[in-house]
Amino acid sequence: MNDAVPEKKLKLATAALCGCFGCHMSLLDIDERILKLVELVEFDRTPLTDIKAVGNCDIGLIEGGVANTENVEVLRDFRRHCKVLVAFGACAVNGGIPAMRNQFDLQDCLQEVYLDGIGVENPHIPDDPEIPLLLDKVHPVHEVVKIDYFLPGCPPSADTIWIFLNELIAGEAITFPYSLIHYD
Amino acid sequence: MNDLETTITGLLSDTGNSSDRLLQYLCTIQEIYSHIPEEVVELLAEKLHIPPVQIYGLVDFYSFLHREARGDYDILFSDNITDRMLGNQALINSLCNKLGVKRGEPRPDNRVTVDVTSCTGICDQGPAMLVNGRVVSRLDEERIQAIADLVEAGTSLANWPESFFVVEDNIQRRDILLSDLIFDGSAIENLLKNGSDAILEVLELSGLRGRGGAGFMTANKWRFCRDTEADEHYVVCNADEGEPGTFKDRVLLKSYADNLFEGMTLCAGVIGAKKGLLYLRGEYRYLVEALEETLQKRRDNKLLGENILGHEGFDFDIEIHLGAGAYICGEESALIESLEGKRGIPRVRPPFPVTNGYLEKPTVVNNVETFFAAAKISVLGADWFWSVGTEESYGTKLLSISGDCSRPGIYEFPFGVSINEILEACGADDVQAVQVAGAAGTTIPPQEFNRTIAFEDIATAGSFMIFSGQRKLIDMVQNFAHFFCHESCGLCTPCRVGGSLMKDLVEKVIAGHATRYDLNEMRNIGLVMKQTSHCGLGATAPNHVLDTLHKFPYIYEQQLAHAGFEPAFDLDAALGAAREITGRNDADAHIKDG
Amino acid sequence: MSSDKKFKLDGKDIPFHDGDTIMDAVLRAGEYIPHLCHNPEFKPNGSCRVCVVDVDGRHMSACTLPAAKNMEVDNSSEVILDQRRSLLQMLFVEGNHICPACEKSGACQLQAVAYYTRMLSPHFTHFFPRRSIDASHPDIIFYFNRCILCGLCERASRDVDGKNVFSISGRGINSKLVFNSPTGKLGDSALSATDKAVSVCPVGAILPKHKGYEDPIGERLYDTKPISVVGDVAANHSANDSSRNGD
Repeated sequence: MNDAVPEKKLKLATAALCGCFGCHMSLLDIDERILKLVELVEFDRTPLTDIKAVGNCDIGLIEGGVANTENVEVLRDFRRHCKVLVAFGACAVNGGIPAMRNQFDLQDCLQEVYLDGIGVENPHIPDDPEIPLLLDKVHPVHEVVKIDYFLPGCPPSADTIWIFLNELIAGEAITFPYSLIHYD
Repeated sequence: MNDLETTITGLLSDTGNSSDRLLQYLCTIQEIYSHIPEEVVELLAEKLHIPPVQIYGLVDFYSFLHREARGDYDILFSDNITDRMLGNQALINSLCNKLGVKRGEPRPDNRVTVDVTSCTGICDQGPAMLVNGRVVSRLDEERIQAIADLVEAGTSLANWPESFFVVEDNIQRRDILLSDLIFDGSAIENLLKNGSDAILEVLELSGLRGRGGAGFMTANKWRFCRDTEADEHYVVCNADEGEPGTFKDRVLLKSYADNLFEGMTLCAGVIGAKKGLLYLRGEYRYLVEALEETLQKRRDNKLLGENILGHEGFDFDIEIHLGAGAYICGEESALIESLEGKRGIPRVRPPFPVTNGYLEKPTVVNNVETFFAAAKISVLGADWFWSVGTEESYGTKLLSISGDCSRPGIYEFPFGVSINEILEACGADDVQAVQVAGAAGTTIPPQEFNRTIAFEDIATAGSFMIFSGQRKLIDMVQNFAHFFCHESCGLCTPCRVGGSLMKDLVEKVIAGHATRYDLNEMRNIGLVMKQTSHCGLGATAPNHVLDTLHKFPYIYEQQLAHAGFEPAFDLDAALGAAREITGRNDADAHIKDG
Repeated sequence: MSSDKKFKLDGKDIPFHDGDTIMDAVLRAGEYIPHLCHNPEFKPNGSCRVCVVDVDGRHMSACTLPAAKNMEVDNSSEVILDQRRSLLQMLFVEGNHICPACEKSGACQLQAVAYYTRMLSPHFTHFFPRRSIDASHPDIIFYFNRCILCGLCERASRDVDGKNVFSISGRGINSKLVFNSPTGKLGDSALSATDKAVSVCPVGAILPKHKGYEDPIGERLYDTKPISVVGDVAANHSANDSSRNGD
């Protein structure tokens, strides 16, 4: 941990696309270290601050893969506003568990969920224009925008996140001890 | 026994029932039934004592074998870039429209299939197609209409106009190799008189190097093979002329087969082989009949068979094996695998074929042109061969010239000839690029046209494709990228996966969505393929991309997207399925660029 | 006599015997070159290419190149590490490797070699191929999503089990593993759970049924120590087997 606090705090934003919020939970698992983190960064749009629109930021963490139009929109918005964009966790890195639906036609997925599934009442595939439309496949974020760093793990552990953010903020090369690199 | 069983039993008993001949059986079965029926696979498996899955392994590997029936007329358009430059795409579409058939799918009445195949070696007389294995050259709209009519009328190929099937030798320039052809056993007589050491000595003196492009010293190869002790040795001629843009072997096989067989017999005499195999690419199946006649004539003249030219114990004969649409089989160890009736997967080397070749026995594998030259050198001497060429590359090279020039065809030039001289000879001007040595070769820009054809400069098996200033060179890149993706055997990661990634990136360039980031990706993937692939196919597959990125950057820059980064896939198209399912087409049901 | 038979691996002397490949000699010397399709018990395949090394300026696969005196083998330069990572990334995007959903995770050689090379993302564009699962066998399940076409099961079934259950079919990017049985289903093949072919799979393609996730996270094969220390999946499988048999 750098003792010298930067004059101007870096701005950090986070978002979850098609994922389970597990990576964000893992971020919270840094526990009391979050106090040190807020000395270094100012949170912009994140589920923690409830700020809805992302402003100009230094770092953006993206959890989750790209599964629908809203995901694309948020991801692009982050890319436009963040100097450094990070694929945060397994789903962002390679699509993860949601990408398991790529084994099926979208029609079959929706049919099973909204028409034929057990306990479905009033069977109907949602078509409300308010609802983000699904892509035919779930994609990792680097297939949609340029990504600067990848942080694998389902989720990346709190230690991994902590080391990563510290090294990134300090402008150091990102290096993890062996036991912190994992894809699950 | 039903018909099918009778056919198979007949086929097996004719040729001695061996799993080494599996590919040959399958080629015949494909020809008879227009596919490999399940019952046949079961029968073959039972009779050859091999698992059915091994047979399907071949069917799924070789492009000319099919699990599902093709049409009665199985039409394959040659799809090399030179065919494309001569307008084959419009002709394919036209024929499909006339016949009401989709590319690659048999018409519901099973009358016809229209599909494409890799270069068929008719680049100087294209656009070309294969119809049930026979070549129709010089296609144009008129010929396509006639073909559509013949197919609809159900006219048998035998009754199609003979002019359709004319393939000319088209030799535009002769030098020492294609002059004074006098082969009637004189090379063999020479061997019998002077012995194998004398032959090896003259070959060594001549400095003859393999004409397939790699340039290994022929005398050394023959000597290594001869000196490897084994109960059997083999001579194999690589007539799998699959390199796009090459067609000189077509001419040698069609009009000079005697000379080739003389060379193979000479080699057999030197290394002590009793059996020779000519591995003929499936695209040249139409040459088999004439080749068999030549072989028979040589047997009749005691130039093949037992006691050749009356020499006790000099027994040698040649068998023709067909390939079935797999470029990789031009790689000598893959070719040997294919000869053994397997999928054409290149072996781990070493050991090399000279010690562990066909059936693990010492084997000489040489190019058609090499055997041809060796026979001539053995008679006319090293001096004759030296009379032309350069110090490191004696003799001449047959070039197959196609593309934008007024006189495409076969040109025999002494080694050391410059690109400029060749272009002048074949009548090419306003040349943007020359692709030497085929899709796997080198893309040469005008500022390098003073470079020469020679092992020490540009080595080539003879493919020479010319692109005028009017051409979009990126079309060539696209054609080759698809070619290598289609022809990768799939064994090693860089060629199998890298080739596919490369093809997709080339398509991204063509679609106008590539950025500099993508070009860099192409460089990186290309380098990994080049440096880490298992065999020459993977190692040379990215050459066209790397060369053009380096020497023709404008063909990419013209197509680049303005953004710094573009998605790997079409975002809006990825919503197509959801739009269809929900019936939505509102603004939010679309994604705009950037 | 044979003491002069040495080559250098990153500057270190490695002795070798006649007939050794670079990989043979290096593994015997207790050093490590990453590999997936190689298993010392079988004839090398040279297909994954992950063992690429720089030998006197040429990039070669260590598992197939015969060792020779005075070779200079580079096993650790940035160029070599980059190429290995690229090859691994190619394997990752070619199949569907969703580690959080795989029973083999933590004890998977593809994953372990990727960790060893510090691969943080698959980098390339995913193919997301549609691949099935064959669950027809009573004791074994086969996940095509995870198969990396290393050919080890093919070699083991042919050379050790004498059954020829597995072979690779198709061509190029359409290559796939197939089963030798009348129906093409694994359940109708001669495979048994104790076959060598089952234990050599470096990834989670061939897995035993009725068990999974037996080792808790943190105690799995590659959780704390890298593959260069722990060794291959197959080697550990044999070690486990013999210790269990000894119980």
